[in-house]
Amino acid sequence: MSRLDDTVKEFLTESYENLDQLDRDLVALEKDPTARATLDNIFRTVHTIKGSCGFLDFSKLEALAHAGENLLGLLREGQLLLDVDITSALLAMVDGMRQILAHIEATQTEGDADYTDLIESLARLQERAEASATPASNPAMADSPTTSGATTSELRLPNVSDSNIRVDIALLDKLMNQVGELVLARNQILQFATTQEDTAFLAASQRLNLITSELQEGIMKTRMQPIGTIWSKFRRVVRDLATTQGKQVRITMEGQETELDKGIIEAIKDPLTHLVRNAVDHGIEPPEVRRAGGKPTEGHLYLRAFHEGGQVNIVLSDDGVGIDPEGIKQAALKRSLITQEDAGRMTDQQLTHLIFRPGFSTAAQVTKVSGRGVGMDVVKNNIEKVGGIIDVQSEPGRGTTFKIKIPLTLAIIPALIVTSGANDYAIPQVSLVELVRLEGAQARTGVEMMHNAPVHRLRGNLLPLVYLNRELHLEAGASPSNGQAEAVVNIMVLQVSDHQFGLVVDKIKDTQEIVVKPLWKQLKGIALFSGATIMGDGKVALILDVPAIAQRARVISELQEQALIEEDSGPEEHEDDRQALLLFRGAGGERMAISLATVARLEELSRSVIERTGDRDVVQYRGQILPLIYLAEVFSERRDVPGTPEAIRSDAENESLHVIVVSFDQGHSVGLVVDRILDIVEERLTVKGTASREGVLYTTVIQEQVTELLDVGRLIRRIAPTFFEQPAAATAEV
Amino acid sequence: MHEQRQYCTFFVEGFLFGVEVEQVQEVLRFQEMTRVPLAPSVVRGLINLRGQIVTALDLRHRLDLAERPVDELPMNVVLRTEDGAVSLLVDEIGDILEVVEDDFEPPPDTLTGPVRALVRGACKLDDQLLIILDADKVVNLDAASSHAA
Repeated sequence: MSRLDDTVKEFLTESYENLDQLDRDLVALEKDPTARATLDNIFRTVHTIKGSCGFLDFSKLEALAHAGENLLGLLREGQLLLDVDITSALLAMVDGMRQILAHIEATQTEGDADYTDLIESLARLQERAEASATPASNPAMADSPTTSGATTSELRLPNVSDSNIRVDIALLDKLMNQVGELVLARNQILQFATTQEDTAFLAASQRLNLITSELQEGIMKTRMQPIGTIWSKFRRVVRDLATTQGKQVRITMEGQETELDKGIIEAIKDPLTHLVRNAVDHGIEPPEVRRAGGKPTEGHLYLRAFHEGGQVNIVLSDDGVGIDPEGIKQAALKRSLITQEDAGRMTDQQLTHLIFRPGFSTAAQVTKVSGRGVGMDVVKNNIEKVGGIIDVQSEPGRGTTFKIKIPLTLAIIPALIVTSGANDYAIPQVSLVELVRLEGAQARTGVEMMHNAPVHRLRGNLLPLVYLNRELHLEAGASPSNGQAEAVVNIMVLQVSDHQFGLVVDKIKDTQEIVVKPLWKQLKGIALFSGATIMGDGKVALILDVPAIAQRARVISELQEQALIEEDSGPEEHEDDRQALLLFRGAGGERMAISLATVARLEELSRSVIERTGDRDVVQYRGQILPLIYLAEVFSERRDVPGTPEAIRSDAENESLHVIVVSFDQGHSVGLVVDRILDIVEERLTVKGTASREGVLYTTVIQEQVTELLDVGRLIRRIAPTFFEQPAAATAEV
Repeated sequence: MHEQRQYCTFFVEGFLFGVEVEQVQEVLRFQEMTRVPLAPSVVRGLINLRGQIVTALDLRHRLDLAERPVDELPMNVVLRTEDGAVSLLVDEIGDILEVVEDDFEPPPDTLTGPVRALVRGACKLDDQLLIILDADKVVNLDAASSHAA
């Protein structure tokens, strides 16, 4: 008896569906107790279950269904009117049935749970009717619906089985995978076809293209489910929660028929349920509070789903208390999620967004203050996991609106193919807002530096730029420092939460439907890639994880703001706190860092622009003469290590120098020549060692590696004691 | 009873290595690879193996051997692992060898460093030593990094 009997299996599947329907119908009936058709439906459903139980010999389930059926019979005859008690009892019956079904599924038996209490309470409710029974009630009448119910359900069944069959979801998954492979093969053939001239072959590949697309669409449709399948459960969730809290909540839904891939539906079910519960629990006020606030006593929860640009949009809004930015601010300060300075700078919208921060959800008192926040980071994570994004807007006192955008399907997604370095990368189109191409003069002036951050003015707004090559640590290609040499700057404007940023890539190719394949488990730590795909030419391309790139490049507000704030307040006051640091490699491969606040720009200078004055190398730089300091020379006695002037001069391979331009308060600047710029990090520097040599502030551990933190002022004094005595517009001799 | 075991063998920098034949899915000539930026340096790239994406690990790198000369193309020994197929990049593919358990010896104490954990032992062949790798450990990079730390 390891396998369930087919008949029982079918009974279970059908009954689960019936119970879901019961949930929906009962809640609907409570809203409108006179809806005859709904009541008939409920009665029929319970009767069907009871009938099957008798046949399959599930006596407990039968007894429970029987008690419910009797009560429903009285409702149908109008001897009882549905009220909260009856609805609750009937819903409890549905839950009880579900438990028994689950037990049958797991163990083939109905289990030991005792439902006599429940049956008795159902019976007690019947007595109410008998107490007030009108003599007109005819016992024979009570039987007639039974027979009519039976016939209807018999009539209903063939209808369903005629036009529908059940298919194992695993089979659909397999088909979907195979179609994915077919799409790849199609892409390869199409690519090959561009090099061919045989018309017969071209016609055949064209036909293959069409058929594949249609097949793909068809298979995807089989996996589609209307979002209503999960929403319908919300009526019950809202009803139960509102009843226990003494609140009145009306729920309106629009676009239940909007379809999504089953996998995605499953993935967003919990986050959505959470949002709905939160809205009722924390958003909507008790009736008396609402009345006092001049609102209708009944709260309103509004759900809407619609398609837009190949994605599904879900809007969930309530007319409750809203999120109070001030409350969030205080709570966040208390939890040390933000500093007092952050708090002063943040807009209300940014404060509201703090509810998605991980630390925010853990403290219970925060929940009370904010009104929301339990597990919001989890909600956000789950939605981002399926490639979706979530945004929140709130007006204190008026309500809160969550907007969610998710892709239609997970397995095959439209993506833009770009090139950076030598390889192609795929960027899911869901994050793409627009493409900006700067050419000629625009390419030279379009990218401006704001302190050390490259930005582009896009219709009057500053768009922070992130260079993909740099994020991926690829050497060649576009970077802000050699912008002059670049004839074209390709910017992809991407959206993450409510932030936009520009991702600069070497080349933008085309859009393609790509099949997402998971990465090897041990590569998942890289985090910048959400998977890989196979391109038309058979090569593997990595799929970029746009939110992760934004995070890494610190485009996302919380980190960015923190960095700015810390830069402003200067490094000295924050030695024990988080610091923004520029990491680079000195000459002998040692890792060094300086405070980002002192860095004016990063430059890559051609060797040919170096001039010599006195015993110093200098370059003409922005109308000044910038003395160069070779770190290799300063820190090394030897002259033959790479990075010293001698080595650089003799190394014809190395066309350019990596220079960190450091500015001092009085307007003095110097260029530090380093081997390589590594990264910009924000670190709380805890582990410190004493200075290893002069010009070094201390040694510390960054990214698990020992790093020397340089004291640039000191360094300069060491090699040119009079540097700071000279006028700022130094035509200097260092 | 002299138990016989079959090993799939390959050469890396002149050494003869082997893994149990059951763990090998297939052996392939050089395949084009896509580099994975930011990945540990032992990860050479991703290979398209008939629609399946397989990560390729450079065995020279993994075993702390010298870099492969640029003009030599590595071969693939594709292993079955719990997390799907993983390819080991080797210099040359050898024969399938049947070895008697008696000829097997654990690694000598003088073999130290991170490599020791990856070697199960050696078989004394007539003309050469066959070094048996622990395939599970070779493909487990997490353990490698913690070992090094």
